Amino acid sequence: MSDILALTAAQAAERVHAGDLERGELWRFYRDRARADDLNAFTWVCDGDDPEAIDVSGPLGGVPIGIKDLFATEGVPSQAGSKILEGYKPPYTATAVRRLMEAGAPVVAKTNQDEFAMGSSTENSAYGPTLNPWDRARVPGGSSGGSAAAVAAGTVPWSIGTDTGGSIRQPAALCGIVGLKPTYGAISRYGMIAFASSLDQAGPFTRDTTDAALLLGAMAAPDPCDSTSLGLPEPVRLPTATDLKGIRLGVPEELTGEGIEPGVLAAFNETLDRARELGATVETMQLPHAPHGLSAYYLIAPAECSSNLARYDGVRYGMRADGKDLLSMYTQTREQGFGNEVKRRVLIGTYALSSGYYDAYYGRAQKVRTLIANDFKRAWERFDFVVSPTAPGVAFELGAKTADPLAMYLNDFCTVPMSLAGIPAISIPNGLSDGLPVGFQIAGPAFSENRILDAAHALEQSIGFDGSSAYA
Amino acid sequence: MLSRDQVLHVARLARLELTDDEVERYSGELSKVLDYIEKIEELDLTDVEPTSHVVDVENALRADEPRPSWPRDAVLEAAPDPSDGGFRVPSPGAG
Repeated sequence: MSDILALTAAQAAERVHAGDLERGELWRFYRDRARADDLNAFTWVCDGDDPEAIDVSGPLGGVPIGIKDLFATEGVPSQAGSKILEGYKPPYTATAVRRLMEAGAPVVAKTNQDEFAMGSSTENSAYGPTLNPWDRARVPGGSSGGSAAAVAAGTVPWSIGTDTGGSIRQPAALCGIVGLKPTYGAISRYGMIAFASSLDQAGPFTRDTTDAALLLGAMAAPDPCDSTSLGLPEPVRLPTATDLKGIRLGVPEELTGEGIEPGVLAAFNETLDRARELGATVETMQLPHAPHGLSAYYLIAPAECSSNLARYDGVRYGMRADGKDLLSMYTQTREQGFGNEVKRRVLIGTYALSSGYYDAYYGRAQKVRTLIANDFKRAWERFDFVVSPTAPGVAFELGAKTADPLAMYLNDFCTVPMSLAGIPAISIPNGLSDGLPVGFQIAGPAFSENRILDAAHALEQSIGFDGSSAYA
Repeated sequence: MLSRDQVLHVARLARLELTDDEVERYSGELSKVLDYIEKIEELDLTDVEPTSHVVDVENALRADEPRPSWPRDAVLEAAPDPSDGGFRVPSPGAG
């Protein structure tokens, strides 16, 4: 394996800063690897030279990054995995991406995703599915599947994606890498092509927790262009913890029982033993309303998406279909431009918001959201973190769930409750089950990112996962 | 259960022109999804406040100062049919 490939992003940045690795060499190495990608992980790869405008003395040290397609990036195709935005090059750059560039990370590629982030397998991309580097017959998870597969395959050293109900954590788990969904509002949503605005949050995909902390630190900040952005109350620290002394872990019965594959559960329980050895106390607890999370999520997210996607009408950007008059131009553009899953969700969302049904569906779902947030608030009186498997199973075969939307939605069972509560959660690699990666999820109270990263770091050292077979 | 007519009604609201096959398929698929979602009807939600935003924030206000907006040409470049500094669309028509 090449020297550069073996380095984490933080190690590569350190070498660039020390003058031991030339920025142009690092850029060309990853640009050429990304160009040679055979997993369909990318929707665009830069063919140019090292962008000299990037100041590599910043904390990200010139280490190239992959960006989920839905982040607006000036002059670069930003299509959100949709045909309706085919060829769209925005006139501006998303705040999160701009901050990464200012911190020293040049953008080398845009990564494939489920259309408008709707999906759990990246099979809903208008640009074809992404393959899982651990087994090319299987999906990488989704919706940020390209971002996850690319980091796992070492075609980029790190990347960012977005998480609305699990779209960072689940693909990170299925690809054997680290994925972090920060507290809602930690990172600006400006320039993120919207899916469900009260849930969408950007976050990093990395090989380890140190790299995740570096990216989070670069992106988290309040932004005048997003009135819901808050940043984080304290600077992000690089995690150093090697034990879990005094840490109280809650294990919710609802997310660790029926529906979780035996191999995933076995790996989870092994890591609970490791946590005990590291000094943590581990106790079973309840999140009584978590099982209703999926129902609430699949009302709230489609309702918000049906409103957000109203803007795609063939007038200002993207594709336009012919129509005999204005209305038929709208309806034909949307019929031809949107894929199946997007249409399904727009229809569910429109139905849930339509006259006579609003209270029964959207109104009730918002109340369930309150109950779920309260379940977590009660948990923090007794526990530092709530831990669970990230996804109920390992990566599934391409096509296995495309005919059954509900089976696909069940992938989000363990990740949706945290999204509804707006709290941060990380997925770290937790070994293999039948040769495929499994994730371990750690969720904490709002703005507890530093503590989550430390706990994840301690477990990461103890688990000692080696993902190099996917990229070497 | 979502009937054909309900799917067509919602599609009209959502400005989607569906094919006959799609209407058939979505009527079945969406009914299945709604059956699952309707499990939340089991919950007693009396006196529960709805949550529309999870983080406690007051209105975020900034100074109301004029600043340049994006250049018109750059914005129009992405449009399917720019014309005379605006977006050209088909006539609303006789309808």
